[in-house]
Amino acid sequence: MEEEFKIIDNYLMIRLPDEIDHHRSVNISKTADKYIMSEKVGNVVFDFERTTFMDSSGIGVIVGRYKKIACFGGKVFAINVDNRIRRILLLSGLHNIVEIME
Amino acid sequence: MIEIVNVKQDKQIKNEMKLEFRAVSSNEAFARTAVAAFVTQLNPTLEEISDIKTAVSEAVTNAIIHGYDGEDGEDCKVWVSCLIRNDVLEVEIQDKGVGIENIDKAMEPLFTTKPELDRSGMGFAFMEAFMDDLEVISEVGQGTIIRMQKKVGTSSWIMRED
Repeated sequence: MEEEFKIIDNYLMIRLPDEIDHHRSVNISKTADKYIMSEKVGNVVFDFERTTFMDSSGIGVIVGRYKKIACFGGKVFAINVDNRIRRILLLSGLHNIVEIME
Repeated sequence: MIEIVNVKQDKQIKNEMKLEFRAVSSNEAFARTAVAAFVTQLNPTLEEISDIKTAVSEAVTNAIIHGYDGEDGEDCKVWVSCLIRNDVLEVEIQDKGVGIENIDKAMEPLFTTKPELDRSGMGFAFMEAFMDDLEVISEVGQGTIIRMQKKVGTSSWIMRED
């Protein structure tokens, strides 16, 4: 399952793949940055609906994108977060920069 | 009484397996899935499987990115070995890469030598959080061995209560 990107107004929606590790994260970051630069989106939404596995590489993806948009006042959101993903987000303190939407 | 002793003995299954693969990122999923499949014989919970997969993924990723510095030549190999002792999984991830100069520093949460690659510096913190025990052995120029342990499956300790 590949990641999917979609722009809605000022938001870049990223539908994440089933597994987010170092191997998959490189491409997600690269494509996301392309959209952020060319489409000038302000905010990024990470959709974890299909995601069953994530390691610290996923944290790197989120933090990296946050750094890119935060200086322009952009925000990062996470949706469809299950308990496993939530645990990883909390453990790395990411809930301070990512708004987890219920 | 005798029955309980027998039950205990039955639980002391010993098993082991070893993997050797090239240090390429597409093998990260292979390594963690193989370890997860191996550990199913201990009747792990879904959460335990997920914990083990994350920890193995972190260690293998470290070996590939940091140990071999992204090189994936023929000599760049990663070894994963698993041992089951009673209801404990012992997993060892080894590389013969550059080694770690300062292990304490490397294990600090958020510390990373590769921020340009979007590394979060949470690898060791995750291994520590998701496993029961973590040991890091490393020598500069020789490589790194990560040893982790986790008690798996709740059925066995419920039986051992009495």
